[in-house]
Amino acid sequence: MIASGYWVQLLWGALVTVGVTLASLLIGTILGIGIGAAKIYAGKPARYAAEAYTAIVRGVPDLIVIYLIYFGSTVALTKLTGTYIDVNGFAAGVFALSLIFGAYAGDIFRGAIQLVPRGQSEAASALGLTRTAAFIKVILPQAWRIALPGYGNLTIILLKQTSLISVIGLEELLRASSVIAGATREPFFVYAAAAVVYLALTTSATFGLQRVRTFVNRGIA
Amino acid sequence: MLDFSLMAEVLPQLLASVPMTGRLALLILLLGMLIAIPLAYAANAKAPWLRRPANGYILIIRGIPSLLQVFLIYYGLGQFEFVRHSYLWPVLRDPFWCLILALGLNSAAYTAEIIAGALRLVPKGLLEASAALGLSWLQTQLKVVIPLAFRAALPAYENEIILTVKATSLASTITLLDLTGAARLAVSDTFAPYEVFLTAGCIYFCITTSLSWLLRRVEQRVSHWDRGGALAKRVKSEVVHA
Repeated sequence: MIASGYWVQLLWGALVTVGVTLASLLIGTILGIGIGAAKIYAGKPARYAAEAYTAIVRGVPDLIVIYLIYFGSTVALTKLTGTYIDVNGFAAGVFALSLIFGAYAGDIFRGAIQLVPRGQSEAASALGLTRTAAFIKVILPQAWRIALPGYGNLTIILLKQTSLISVIGLEELLRASSVIAGATREPFFVYAAAAVVYLALTTSATFGLQRVRTFVNRGIA
Repeated sequence: MLDFSLMAEVLPQLLASVPMTGRLALLILLLGMLIAIPLAYAANAKAPWLRRPANGYILIIRGIPSLLQVFLIYYGLGQFEFVRHSYLWPVLRDPFWCLILALGLNSAAYTAEIIAGALRLVPKGLLEASAALGLSWLQTQLKVVIPLAFRAALPAYENEIILTVKATSLASTITLLDLTGAARLAVSDTFAPYEVFLTAGCIYFCITTSLSWLLRRVEQRVSHWDRGGALAKRVKSEVVHA
C-alpha cells in the first residue's frame, strides 16, 4: 500500500520526534527543577515570577507558545542583526516544548520536594552541608522518586506534543506523514501508519518509565 | 519594542473569533460527555466483552497525538469513495464538524477515565445500603451513585474543560478561523507575529483563567459535603491526564 521509500521517510520522522522529545525533556527537566525549587526556596520576586510563568503556560494553548517562539525569534533575531535569519525549526521547537514542559514539571517537582520529610533538610544542615549541597545530595534524590509517576505522564504528553511542531515545518513524524499523504494520495493509510508508530512510541515509553520506577524504588517498601 | 497601537488594532479582529473558539469547545465537550458516560460504564463492567473494547479505545486515543486524530478524520476519510458518496459527506467535508468529531472522540476517552474513576470510588457500603432498601440498579445509579460521582469527578473534569478550550486552537491547522486561526491571518496581514500572538495569548489567558475561577466556585458550591475535598482529590490523583 505504501512504497518502501516512504517507510524510510516515516521512520526518519519518528527518529526526529524521538530526538525532539529527548532534547526537550533534558532542558525542560532542568527548567522544571529550577521552577519547583524557586517556588519553595526563593525570595518573593523570583517566587512570583515562577508562579506567573506556570500560570501563563497553563492558560495559553501550546500552539500559541510555539508560534510565539518560532516567529517571534525570527523577527527578534532579524531586528537585532539587521539581516533576515530563518530560525531552525528544531531549535525553536525544542525551546518552545521545553518551556511548556518546564512549567508543568515545576509543579510536580514542587509537590515532590515538599513531600520529603522536614527532618531530612534539618539533618543535612546539622551535618554541616550547605543549602545547595543539601538540596542536590539529600532532597533531590528523594524528591525524584516521588515525582516520577507525574513526571512520566508529562513525558508521554511531551512525546505527543511534538506533533505540534509540524506546524512550523520541522519534518517530524506528523509532518513526514503529511508530506507522504500528499504524494501517495492515500492520506488515511499514511496517517493510520503514523498513528501505529506513535502508539508504539508511547507504549514503549510507558513501559520504559515503569522499569525506571521499579529501579528507583528498589529497596523501598 | 512592542507596538501597542498595532496590538490595539488587531484586538477587535481577534475578539470577533472568540465565539468560534467557544462554540467549538462547547460542542466538543458535549460530544465527549455523551460518549464518555456509556464508555465509563463499559470500562468498569465485569463482562470482558464490554470492558476490553472500552479500555482499548481509551488506551489507543491516549497514545496518539490529537492533531493526528484531527488529520486522520479531516484529510483521511475523504480518501474513500464510499465516504464521499455517503449522506454524511457534507458533514465530514466541513472542517468545523471534523474538528468537533476528532476532538470530541478524543475528549470522550479522557472524560470516560475521569467518570470511571469517580464511579469506582463510590463506597461499596452505599451500594449495599441501596440494595437493602430495595432500589433497582437504575435507581441506585440515578439517586445514589451518579450524584456522588458527579461531585467527586468535578475537579478533574474542570481540568478537562480547560484543556479542551486550549485544544480548540488545533482548528487553525485545518483552515478554521478560531482565535488562533484569526491570529495567523492577522500575522500574514501585518507581519507582526510578536504583537499578534501575544494579544491572542492574552485573550486565551483571560478566558481560561476566568473559566477556572468560575468552575472552582461551582465546585465549592456542590462539594461542601466532601470535607477537605478528600474524595475529589482521590479522583484527581487517580486520573492522570495525558
